[in-house]
Amino acid sequence: MPKDHGIGASQKRREDVRFLTGAGQYTDDINVYGQTYCVFVRSDVAHGKIVSIDASAAEAMPGVLRIFTGKDFEGVGGLPCGWLITDKNGDPMKEPGHPVLAIGKVRHVGDPYAAVVAETLQEARDAAEAIVADIEELDPAVDMKAALASGAPLVHDDLTDNLCYDWQFGTDTETVDAAFAAAAHVTTLELVNNRLVANPMEPRVALGDYARANDESTLYTTSQNPHVIRLLMGAFVLGIPEHKLKVVAPDVGGGFGTKIFHYAEEAFVTFAARKLNRPVKWTSTRSEAFMSDAHGRDHVTKIELALDADNNFTAIRTDTLANMGAYLSTFSSSIPTWLHGTLMAGNYRTPAVQVNVKAVFTNTVPVDAYRGAGRPEATFQLERLVDKAARELGVDPVALRRQNFITSFPYATPVAVEYDTGNYVATMDKLEEMIDRKGFEARRAESKARGKLRGLGVNCYIEACGIAPSNLVGQLGARAGLYDAATVRVNATGSISVMVGAHSHGQGHETAFPQVVAEMLGIDESMIDIVHGDTSKIPFGMGTYGSRSLAVCGSAMVRATEKIINKAKKIAGHMLEASDADIELKDGQFTVAGTDKSVAWGDVTLAAYVPHNYPLEDIEPGLEETAFYDPSNFTYPSGAYACEVEVDPETGRVEILDFAAADDFGNVVNPMIVEGQVHGGIAQGVGQAMLESCIYDENGQLLSASYMDYAMPRAEDLPFFKVDHSCVTPCTHNPLGVKGCGEAGAIGSPPAVVNAVLDALNVGGIKVDHIDMPLSPHRVWAAMQG
Amino acid sequence: MTKVTMTVNGKAVSKEVAGNTLMTEFLRDELRLTGTHVGCDTSQCGACVIHVNGQSVKACTMFAAEATGAEVTTIEGMANADGSLSVLQQAFQDHHGLQCGFCTPGMVMTAAKLLEENPKPTEHEVRDYLEGNICRCTGYHNIVKAIMAASGQDVSSIAAE
Repeated sequence: MPKDHGIGASQKRREDVRFLTGAGQYTDDINVYGQTYCVFVRSDVAHGKIVSIDASAAEAMPGVLRIFTGKDFEGVGGLPCGWLITDKNGDPMKEPGHPVLAIGKVRHVGDPYAAVVAETLQEARDAAEAIVADIEELDPAVDMKAALASGAPLVHDDLTDNLCYDWQFGTDTETVDAAFAAAAHVTTLELVNNRLVANPMEPRVALGDYARANDESTLYTTSQNPHVIRLLMGAFVLGIPEHKLKVVAPDVGGGFGTKIFHYAEEAFVTFAARKLNRPVKWTSTRSEAFMSDAHGRDHVTKIELALDADNNFTAIRTDTLANMGAYLSTFSSSIPTWLHGTLMAGNYRTPAVQVNVKAVFTNTVPVDAYRGAGRPEATFQLERLVDKAARELGVDPVALRRQNFITSFPYATPVAVEYDTGNYVATMDKLEEMIDRKGFEARRAESKARGKLRGLGVNCYIEACGIAPSNLVGQLGARAGLYDAATVRVNATGSISVMVGAHSHGQGHETAFPQVVAEMLGIDESMIDIVHGDTSKIPFGMGTYGSRSLAVCGSAMVRATEKIINKAKKIAGHMLEASDADIELKDGQFTVAGTDKSVAWGDVTLAAYVPHNYPLEDIEPGLEETAFYDPSNFTYPSGAYACEVEVDPETGRVEILDFAAADDFGNVVNPMIVEGQVHGGIAQGVGQAMLESCIYDENGQLLSASYMDYAMPRAEDLPFFKVDHSCVTPCTHNPLGVKGCGEAGAIGSPPAVVNAVLDALNVGGIKVDHIDMPLSPHRVWAAMQG
Repeated sequence: MTKVTMTVNGKAVSKEVAGNTLMTEFLRDELRLTGTHVGCDTSQCGACVIHVNGQSVKACTMFAAEATGAEVTTIEGMANADGSLSVLQQAFQDHHGLQCGFCTPGMVMTAAKLLEENPKPTEHEVRDYLEGNICRCTGYHNIVKAIMAASGQDVSSIAAE
């Protein structure tokens, strides 16, 4: 019988009831008395000099309260970048300013240079259209290679070029060169990791409020990490101390990374609300979201693999250009470096691995973390490369992988990380069974008989989650700690509120987190509520991204609950006139070991708050504990993915027939939620591989800025997915043994799709080495024509 | 200003609004029915689907004035009379057919209409009917499963849960 309680139970989500009845409270559902509305005026050119902004006509229009431009933000800090990358020559990365509203120049289509605050949204929109800006258009830097060429237009005039940093990591050049020189075979691949837009279904919203009575600002915002926003905006941008600033992220309609970052609009509404002494609300349109939400991916890479005569991997070398866009978004600099380079060993025993990354400023929207963030880019390169090597060598691609798998743990890679545990053979075995690899050739023949080309693509992946050990990331340039925190407040009658730093925006924390506490205390989940998303209620935690919530914040919750148990045993021991060392807690009952003397959970919690018969000389009244948890290592989820496709050779159209994912997430708290996370991740990965692409033209115009131009995966584009997480190697260093599951699907799936299509095409003498994503019918058809 | 009168979730409502007030704005701002969501500006995402005189409609593409005299149902009107979840809503919860919840009202409204027209849809028919509704969280797997389950079909053999 499957469990229906505690860790491992597929409990139905309690938050669903409000979402299914229209009772969710998203940021745009919040309105504050006296609220005004804000509309941003955004650049419609990629690069331009702001000659003048004439707002006089707009200022006189009905309902207009004030028009702001960059001048109003002189003396206010710019939006900060949270991670300092050091160039291979020892210099710090270039860190140009990022003003709240553009000053002097606009640097991408969508860069805001003015903002209107008016009584109604309609009035604000009308006035925004009446603002006359003289912007002298400049040549833009759009393509990364062109942006690095000498004489390229400068995105930032105070820099000498568009290079943000030139980073090198891993094995030294001499060793890597020697490995390539000695190789029996070298496989080389050049590829593009296409620029994507995260597109959570809820557009961003920011509502700033100000209480003059106590000089306190409140920001309601669509954020994955309200405390991070409070810290960045308060300390670095607006200069508001923490105790005068509250950030609330209520129900948030999906994040996928793009709601991690501190955005100009958040700082603007908070600033304007203080200036006007009125609440100011901004709601992004979808078109605005495309040109102001941080984008993802956008790497151009050359990767090489050296193999010896027995097909053992001896060296990997990569050379990547990574687009930063026009400004450094909050975590942008860390994505192509520490979240990408450190995963470049993949699942393989390769003695030498060197990663080279040049980060480039261009006149495009800033690029930052999007689901997987650096790890999908690493996995895609490596797993495409291994497939190509297998084809060149005429060996089975799965056998080549298996031959080179890391099989003993812990394993220190040449790129700084130490995998604590894993079993890549087991997930690959499981995958081959799930996808019926043995039966594939028969299916291929059946498709061929119908005039179709059938292909099977297989790959594995490794990722680093549970971000991150603070002392380690501090050495690597992070400007923040990456612990998390939880407060377990046991109330007098035994119910519990758990205040957590993690934020749930689809992950189901309100259901899964109580399962952990309930398991530890032996009480029912219905007695436990999770509180998240309000800095005035929750301890200082770093929020939700990088598949970290359960591994880091969940561990804090476990530690806090352990403290509760220890104190509760002392209280119970006093009540039972026994030593607390002899007290056992089981099924919500405290018992003196070996006796039938016991008190119930509720008796102990009541005693804590009504301490009439209580060891006041030894312990304080009350039952509330906080723990901060800083992980000692990353966690390393891993797995193997397979995709089976059929290609129509007449049209190049690809149909996905089957998709299987075998993941090792360590221990799992709520299997239903975990499987849902994998489904969603796969859909985004398949979207990247088949449909999605953010496209700029040579003038820096954003061509894919609506759902009519940017192809989001729809129900018809996807099959049912086979997912499995029965291969379990628990994380060795966190108390729950969990690894994280939020990003795996998006990391593991793109190479499976592309490998499958290439497997389908490379028959009958046709040779296609690679097709860049997305695999549109046109691209596939063109590749087949040679 | 235009006087707009209609029945929403069985209740008669009447408001004076600007003529260009969209149905989404009328529901969200005037009636405080914030379950109808706005996820795009090109009528693509379907987060705003409601029923108007029995037809499913994207509320972002109609003026409130166009609904004068109409019977309108929103997500807030889909539960059973006693407040419990309807069969379709319950199936979404049972099969984890939602994550962040933002597309969910539109999905439920569209699915309800599908099941009215086609009480036992195939997987392909469900996927085809959801053409105008985008979900970014679930990969549609559990949405399709929930809708088929709500129609009384046995979904236990569909891939993994």
